[in-house]
Amino acid sequence: MTERFRPGDRVLTSRADPVHHTRLPRYARGAAGTVLELEGRYPLPDDRSRGLPAEPEPVYAVRFRAAELFGAGDHQVTLALWESYLRPLPEEAARGE
Amino acid sequence: MSDHGGPGHGLAARVRHVEALLERHGLVDATELDRALEAFLSRASPANGARVVARAWLDEGFRARLLADASAALPELGLSMGGGIQEQRLKVVANTETTHNVIVCTLCSCYPISLLGPSPTWYKSESYRSRVVRDPRGVLREFGCMPGPDVEITVWDATAESRYMVLPRRPAGTAGHSEAELAGLVTRNGLIGVADV
Repeated sequence: MTERFRPGDRVLTSRADPVHHTRLPRYARGAAGTVLELEGRYPLPDDRSRGLPAEPEPVYAVRFRAAELFGAGDHQVTLALWESYLRPLPEEAARGE
Repeated sequence: MSDHGGPGHGLAARVRHVEALLERHGLVDATELDRALEAFLSRASPANGARVVARAWLDEGFRARLLADASAALPELGLSMGGGIQEQRLKVVANTETTHNVIVCTLCSCYPISLLGPSPTWYKSESYRSRVVRDPRGVLREFGCMPGPDVEITVWDATAESRYMVLPRRPAGTAGHSEAELAGLVTRNGLIGVADV
């Protein structure tokens, strides 16, 4: 299985607010970040916690500016995120920032 | 991993149920799980993390291997990330003149227990977990840790299967120290990133 993203890629996290278990914290939803590196491949907890089949999928370290997450702050926050939580950051959104 | 309210209560109940079934059918001894847990925790100590840091301060090659692939470098010191339920990937993040790292698990309280020992109560607190991602400087100040204004702070939230450990900067005035003396300077808080060392 190949990875959809490479280090340096800009990504946007999901905005979904699922009723089931997820490892995408609320504070990092709908946020633009940069892929740092591949951490490994693990089954998606959202599926596994519901007893659904879950094949291992890429998990990435993704870095966010604090201002992007909280509207303030000069630090960075790095999260480990499953590929299913991410999509490529659209060009127009990237320009608008 | 998570077992703190909400769905975690259901999970804990399920675990207890499975445990009871295994015992009833004679598949595990009632004390076997406790023994396994105790054996794991008896080897889990911040002294392990401190040894890793001291070696990295003294050996540039080890430092490079540690930062590139910490799980692969640990066996050089007779350590590993195994021993728990599953072997976890370790990522070591180095503080520099321009970067200060601090770790958290906002979803529960994950951290590398084998290298840091059982986590302190404050690490598991709602207050630390929710505040350190928003205002790391404010939280660090409460610990007496004040990186300069030109130092960029990076918070590592352990949301998946990797565990993070901070490699603090070697303190000034330790040029002649032995490896054991250097390890003695390293604290658990330093390995979490809420202290300089």
